[in-house]
Amino acid sequence: MARVVVDVMPKPEILDPQGQAVTGALARLGIDGVADVRQGKHFELEVDDAVDDETLERIAGQLLANPVIEDWRVTRS
Amino acid sequence: MKIGVITFPGTLDDGDAARAVRLAGGTAVALWHADHDLRGVDAVIVPGGFSYGDYLRAGAIASLAPIMTEVVAAAGRGLPVLGICNGFQILCEAGLLPGALVRNAGLHFVCRDQRLAVEAETAWTADLKGREIVVPVKNAEGRYVADAATVAELEDTGRIVFRYKGGNPNGSLNDIAGVASADGRVVGLMPHPEHAIDRLTGPSTDGLALFTSVLRAAART
Repeated sequence: MARVVVDVMPKPEILDPQGQAVTGALARLGIDGVADVRQGKHFELEVDDAVDDETLERIAGQLLANPVIEDWRVTRS
Repeated sequence: MKIGVITFPGTLDDGDAARAVRLAGGTAVALWHADHDLRGVDAVIVPGGFSYGDYLRAGAIASLAPIMTEVVAAAGRGLPVLGICNGFQILCEAGLLPGALVRNAGLHFVCRDQRLAVEAETAWTADLKGREIVVPVKNAEGRYVADAATVAELEDTGRIVFRYKGGNPNGSLNDIAGVASADGRVVGLMPHPEHAIDRLTGPSTDGLALFTSVLRAAART
């Protein structure tokens, strides 16, 4: 078995109101200096060694992320 | 007696909460999330809904709203506060109540009439302790969780106010539907007593007793 991490983030050109709400909340906590926050998703998968990179890309691109609005990165650890 | 009802962006049940206050004989005072002013109220209700669209976590952003700074400070001085559904989530995120609410065990949004045992006497339940009531429950993130030591302390000190009866709708630890602060002035629960105040629209009128209880508690202080 291998541990695979998939990080999914909204594309830079996609408005991220959740991240904006977090940015605003940080200001209310009195924390300065955080110009922007973008919120994504972090997946940890336990996969058989037989699962190849192409399959991992399918997993990420067809289910974990929406290619229209999100970018992703697959990392084998 | 004046009871404040807070409205955040995305709050849904402020209208029903205000109506419950009026039917119980109190005066409902609208409070706005962006204000730093509790307008001299004798108690506060944090109603249900989806404040800030549940961004980040349900209740997380609302817990830092300007009005919540005032609510946290006033609760420290003994002001009665009731959090219903999303309001319960907000009070947990604000640190006024222990624990957290997470996704229902069955993954479903559960909407049904729910039996509850009222096990503790608080500012909001003096008229109800020892009774069983029926009020609606409607949420997708109502499963109460806390670490084992916290749950044991809540059990040992009689701070579990409401417990699900006739089936746990969401997998909450120890069938917990609602809890109280150590002084019994701050109470949070996932089910909706403000929807059970009128035979025309609710399964019972059991919920009204929370609001009559707090009006009498506020009159004593």
